[in-house]
Amino acid sequence: MNAPLLSVRDLRVAFPTRQGMFEAVRGVSFDLGRERLGVVGESGSGKSMTGRAILGLVRPPGRVTARRMDLHGQPILNLSERKMRKIRGSRISMVMQDPKFSLNPVMTIGDQIIEAYRLHAGGPKGAGRAKALEMLEAVQIRDPERVMGAYPHEVSGGMGQRIMIAMMLAPDPEILIADEPTSALDVSVRTEVLNIMDRLVRDRGMGLIFISHDLNLVAQFCDRVLIMYAGRIVETLAAKDLHAARHPYTQGLLNSLPRLDAPVERLPVLQRQDTWRDGDPITESLETELPGGL
Amino acid sequence: MLTVDDLNVWFGFAPDRVDAVQHAAFTVASGESFGLVGESGSGKSTILRAIAGLIDTWSGSIEVDGQAVTGTRRSRAFHKTVQMVFQDPYASLHPRHSVDAVLSEALKLQGMDDIDARITRLLQDVGLGRGFRFRYPHQLSGGQRQRVAIARALAAEPRLLLLDEPTSALDVSVQAEILNLLTDLRAEHGLTYVMVSHDLAVVGHMCDRLAVMQHGRILEVMDVDALRRGAGKTDYTRHLIEASAGYIRG
Repeated sequence: MNAPLLSVRDLRVAFPTRQGMFEAVRGVSFDLGRERLGVVGESGSGKSMTGRAILGLVRPPGRVTARRMDLHGQPILNLSERKMRKIRGSRISMVMQDPKFSLNPVMTIGDQIIEAYRLHAGGPKGAGRAKALEMLEAVQIRDPERVMGAYPHEVSGGMGQRIMIAMMLAPDPEILIADEPTSALDVSVRTEVLNIMDRLVRDRGMGLIFISHDLNLVAQFCDRVLIMYAGRIVETLAAKDLHAARHPYTQGLLNSLPRLDAPVERLPVLQRQDTWRDGDPITESLETELPGGL
Repeated sequence: MLTVDDLNVWFGFAPDRVDAVQHAAFTVASGESFGLVGESGSGKSTILRAIAGLIDTWSGSIEVDGQAVTGTRRSRAFHKTVQMVFQDPYASLHPRHSVDAVLSEALKLQGMDDIDARITRLLQDVGLGRGFRFRYPHQLSGGQRQRVAIARALAAEPRLLLLDEPTSALDVSVQAEILNLLTDLRAEHGLTYVMVSHDLAVVGHMCDRLAVMQHGRILEVMDVDALRRGAGKTDYTRHLIEASAGYIRG
């Protein structure tokens, strides 16, 4: 059995408020193999905060604690900013939701990718440029030479997102955390972006954490899904079994989606229960399934 | 109820002129729910904004209830007939106006009397208790805010509601509540809807007929059964329906 790329136990993220400490993430545990792991939940469920905590992006006064957070067996919890910078980008990378806010508007796309690459790999500028072109080709940008000289406002949303992925992948990370990478994109572009990420997991053996609110998409794209509610994982299951989910929260979310193939008069509305906050998570023999059948 | 014919909308001047909508034509019968679908930039929201009088650079004809409208001027009667609900409930409510202030302003603008009782009824209509009356937007969740925005639109007792992506900023469980609310309100008040959405499943749930748009043109008008069967007349429509069904590993 392969050792997990990333192993997280009892991760907690807390913020002080006037009413005392507020825990946004309350004891999340999972292992990530070379697989597509989906993290699903509603806004405020702590799914994005989990991703940010792994990358050390939670700023004080926010506090991150965990019994374990290991990358290849090496602890990465609360490393110094200097050490974290060596990991962030080169070993674990992140793609955010909206390329409009993640790209530098006054720098050409080529310069941004070259900068990202050389920061981690060093080397002469010429090599960085060759790598940037290669990356843009890898994310299916048809005219990479032209795009290298373009500014972010000159490209479309879908292309911007592919450029972000190219930039994140230039240093060849082991883990990619994608936080709602396709939510701002049209459906036709979405498929392209997903295909690119899918190939990267398959060809490079990368681990992908795919954070999304879109259950159907996750069910079709990922290998394994964690469902989060109020800062905790309430259910873990294989993505293909999502429609046979057992937790009432997961079932409720699925039922509340309108479906083209199954018209209804009124949509069932989710009735939240207090027991979901602290009840036991439903998991199916998670350990044996570990690296997701890849 | 609504007839749009040969509608063109453009922004800017030549040579930078963008033709956002070209030769759009459709009719919506009274009591019908009509959807406009397409990807971003296809011009679907622009059509709603032109109808509502928020854009002045358009040509063609828009008739509401048999009355033609021109430019951005809209009569008092128009606003009593047509109201709009916007996509983002976080942006469409004034952060320093309480729910009471938002609704009473809308009611006063419509020249309504008995404002106190009407506010109570509006809140009831959209499923908010009286306890919400003196709250501010930051004290409300996204779904509650969208309910307030819907109540504000209902204040004029309109017959046609223009809905611009009314649930796309909301979680799916909240989306279900708002869609149910819109279904109920339409049945109770006999409303006509024109709904813009990028989500085909939402339009399939809410609408009787829909127009598919691409690059500012209406490619086809189809009924919802055709949508469910995936039977588009054009390649683009079929592709759109297929792509929205989800991800198929390629």
